[in-house]
Amino acid sequence: MDAALEPALAQQAGGERAIRARFRVDYAGFTLDVDLTLPGHGVTALFGHSGSGKTTCLRCVAGLERAQHGRLEINGELWQDTASGVFLPTHKRPLGYVFQEASLFPHLSVRRNLEYGMRRAGALEDRQAWEQAMELLGIGHLLERMPDRLSGGERQRVGIARALLTRPRLLLMDEPLAALDLKRKSEILPYLERLHDELDIPVLYVSHSPDEVARLADHVVLLDQGKVVARGPLVDTLARLDLPTAFTEDAGVVIESVVAEHDDGYHLTRLDFPGGNVMVARRPEALGRKLRFRVHARDVSLAVARLEGSTITNLLPVLVTDVADADTPAHVLVRLDAEGTPLLARITRRSADQLRVGVGRRMWAQIKTVALLG
Amino acid sequence: MPLTGLDLSAIWLTLELATLTTVLLLLIGTPISWWLARTRSRLKGPVGAVVALPLVLPPTVIGFYLLVTMGPNGPIGHVTQSLGLGVLPFTFAGLVVGSVFYSMPFVVQPLQNAFEAIGDRPLEVAATLRASPWDRFFTVVLPLARPGFITATVLGFAHTVGEFGVVLMIGGNIPDKTRTVSVQIFDHVEAMEYAQAHWLAGGMVVFSFFVLLALYSSRRFKPALG
Repeated sequence: MDAALEPALAQQAGGERAIRARFRVDYAGFTLDVDLTLPGHGVTALFGHSGSGKTTCLRCVAGLERAQHGRLEINGELWQDTASGVFLPTHKRPLGYVFQEASLFPHLSVRRNLEYGMRRAGALEDRQAWEQAMELLGIGHLLERMPDRLSGGERQRVGIARALLTRPRLLLMDEPLAALDLKRKSEILPYLERLHDELDIPVLYVSHSPDEVARLADHVVLLDQGKVVARGPLVDTLARLDLPTAFTEDAGVVIESVVAEHDDGYHLTRLDFPGGNVMVARRPEALGRKLRFRVHARDVSLAVARLEGSTITNLLPVLVTDVADADTPAHVLVRLDAEGTPLLARITRRSADQLRVGVGRRMWAQIKTVALLG
Repeated sequence: MPLTGLDLSAIWLTLELATLTTVLLLLIGTPISWWLARTRSRLKGPVGAVVALPLVLPPTVIGFYLLVTMGPNGPIGHVTQSLGLGVLPFTFAGLVVGSVFYSMPFVVQPLQNAFEAIGDRPLEVAATLRASPWDRFFTVVLPLARPGFITATVLGFAHTVGEFGVVLMIGGNIPDKTRTVSVQIFDHVEAMEYAQAHWLAGGMVVFSFFVLLALYSSRRFKPALG
């Protein structure tokens, strides 16, 4: 390539806001080998089971782990390149990192924990960011407390605020909810959703929880044994059939819907999405609000005709687009298209044969339950 | 007056020696302990063993080798002579050098334990908050290792006050220069001045007891990283 062209191309790459990461790390018995181009905005979930390499990947991005071979470019800035000997140490990378346990400095009050990073990032005078973090994470009343006087959820919120207040250009979150019990999780999830809505920097979010990913992510990278097995927009990626078996036992899709109607007589709410609608128990959200929900493949059954006289009210006309092996030999996964919205159904191989479920066939999908996210 | 002028000068000399030794040990011992706590080098074992030697060796052995190496024909002796400092044995400076070696493990081990207990996480957190390595050491490691520093200071000081063998070997027994309390007690006993010996010896017992009492009662619950 013409050397004179390269800066121009780099500029172009910077203009389109992308994270390009290539890492190879060898440990005894484990190799992480990833080559990723991720969107430079929105929440990208690094998703996989423990031992899949997702945390190692995040640590490489942060420079906490030094990949033997690596190249990392964040929205046009080169942070690491083994080939040319570039390695920005962690403290020179403008990133925020939220650890699994909040890891607040125990010898500093909440306020001084927050100021620790702000001072070093030259952001101490940024009152607006301060107010925004206080409001976004609801920690204004905790400032004078010491970390050992906080609950787990409060600590994690302070940890997130501390990372945000350094004015990062990239936010890294390593299973920020994993160390919390269910109650604390549901206490902190709304804050994370607000972050998702209000932050304009890219977020890499490590998680092994499908629900968390479905709720927070825009993009997904599926990791398995140190390798990327799938990546792409959340809705498309979760509806893929060619994923390793490990992911199919919990297979399902995420659907973005709009609150379309409240039926106060029956206490139901209708959610519309391209290709159909579902009725769910009455939701508090106002009409027009966006709501994500997850449909597990095991909660979708198929019928050749529109079933009358069933208690299942959520019926959608669908087209079979693919059939694949599921996690057990007794089941198959069927990929469906409900006029633009992908769906997955996990049915027995016997039913599939009896009903002659095959690509191109028009059927009716019955959705037993949906899991609302948020 | 139960204490003679010589007794008082021995007490003063001992305090001077212990203070200077402790300050030097904190300066030298901190980097050594930090290295021992963090390194994955194969030298960790040997270096740790050398630092711990004074715990098991008779003071006479340490004193003997210090005497030889610091003497006119020893390697340290050559250096100090070429620097115009003369030779160190039988001087206060020589006593300080000997004490630093002898009390080293009492400073290094508590510090090393404290550094190891901190672990990697707080340092990684500080790095993601833009703190440089030196910054991390001063603003995270030192405050979190404070209990270790208190223990190291107290033990280093108290152990230097209590040394005898090394002092006698390399310091001789020169009033105002190298005669510490422990040597002075020895002299009293040799001269059958048991009453005088009692005053000093009893004083040492009381001193040591209160130092250790202060140390053990200051060890309160230390919160883990929040």
